[in-house]
Amino acid sequence: MAGSKEIRSKIKSIQSTQKITRAMEMVASSKMRRAQDRMRAARPYAQKMRTVISHLASASAEYKHPFLKERSVRRVGFITVSTDRGLCGGLNANMFRAMLREMETWRDRDVEIDLCTIGSRASTFFRRLGARIIGQASHLGDAPRVEDLIGTVKVMLDAYNEHHIDRLFLVYNEFVSSMTQRPVVEQLLPLASSPEDQLRHHWDYIYEPDSKEILDHLLLRFIESLVYQGVVENVACEQAARMVAMKAATDNAGELIEELQLASNKARQAAITQELSEIVGGAAAV
Amino acid sequence: MAMTIHLDIVSAESEIFSGTAEMVFAPALMGELGITPRHLPLITRMRPGEVRVRLPGGKEEFFYVSGGILEIQPHVVTVLSDTALRAKDVDEAAAVSAKEKAEQALANKTSEFEYARAKAELAQASAQLAAIQRLRQRTKR
Repeated sequence: MAGSKEIRSKIKSIQSTQKITRAMEMVASSKMRRAQDRMRAARPYAQKMRTVISHLASASAEYKHPFLKERSVRRVGFITVSTDRGLCGGLNANMFRAMLREMETWRDRDVEIDLCTIGSRASTFFRRLGARIIGQASHLGDAPRVEDLIGTVKVMLDAYNEHHIDRLFLVYNEFVSSMTQRPVVEQLLPLASSPEDQLRHHWDYIYEPDSKEILDHLLLRFIESLVYQGVVENVACEQAARMVAMKAATDNAGELIEELQLASNKARQAAITQELSEIVGGAAAV
Repeated sequence: MAMTIHLDIVSAESEIFSGTAEMVFAPALMGELGITPRHLPLITRMRPGEVRVRLPGGKEEFFYVSGGILEIQPHVVTVLSDTALRAKDVDEAAAVSAKEKAEQALANKTSEFEYARAKAELAQASAQLAAIQRLRQRTKR
């Protein structure tokens, strides 16, 4: 059995690790709450947009925006939202696995793939894999802003407009609860139109300046807001996953400390017993 | 009681205002619009500027918007505000920088967009200034 002094120094080091993980857990839980608020705040914008777009799409039948048109698929684009930092359990790994599965099905159909990565984890992962990355954004922090995403979204939309890609997907983690996060692959382009809206409208807007320009503008903002929402949701997931992972780490450290404490006590007892028996043996010899 | 109209001002990042108003003034692309209840359905883009809301009871509130979309229905007005000033060239610059990052090129090519960005920033700053001055006048009274 190891000496009691060594065990005690090991206990010390685990205790300081435990302090760190506990602090990280608390930080993550408070950040998660704020991220959830942000998630909720972003929702009304997208909802309003969705209603206006579905109306516009059904009202202006003569003009069909390319974002709403299906076309044959030769190349697809993915916008992947990941975290910048690790220590958040299997969050990124699960998402990458889901995405690789999706990419595999496209490859089987001889469809090529372009990527845009948000967050440094995704860019290092897919670079190592040798995927074609055409746009990248990282270090958005805990409160990402829409401006930070414009670039990556525009790269993909331009590619779509120029027929380099025929479909666009967004991959991110969906925040189900603080315990569960689910990776989702969502189709951004072409936008699926909701058929139930088509017959209801008998009136039309006055357009200023014209319907085409407004629809273009709206669709661009809508896609941006969807990506933004994905990013914000992913931040909430990151914090939740980190909170859970750090809680597990803290608990494990506690268990380890208990075991080591027991070993240390035993070692001390053994040393005392040995000393006693040596004294008794010595006295008997005299 | 005067007729009121429901107003929502939302941006991609947050809900800014939600409530009833007697009248709403908004900076549309083709000129300032004054919207009263039972306005015809209209949809337009907005310039950077201020949205003025006359609340029931005569009080007024100001909101600065940096462009966006204005949707009007007879009893509901929705302002879909942009979170920041957007110009085509600035968008372009952002796209370029995202691409550059992907290529990990360190060359700095933003100078071409400086002029457009500066112009856009100027418009934003002056609109903000106007809104602030309006607010000041109001608090003095």
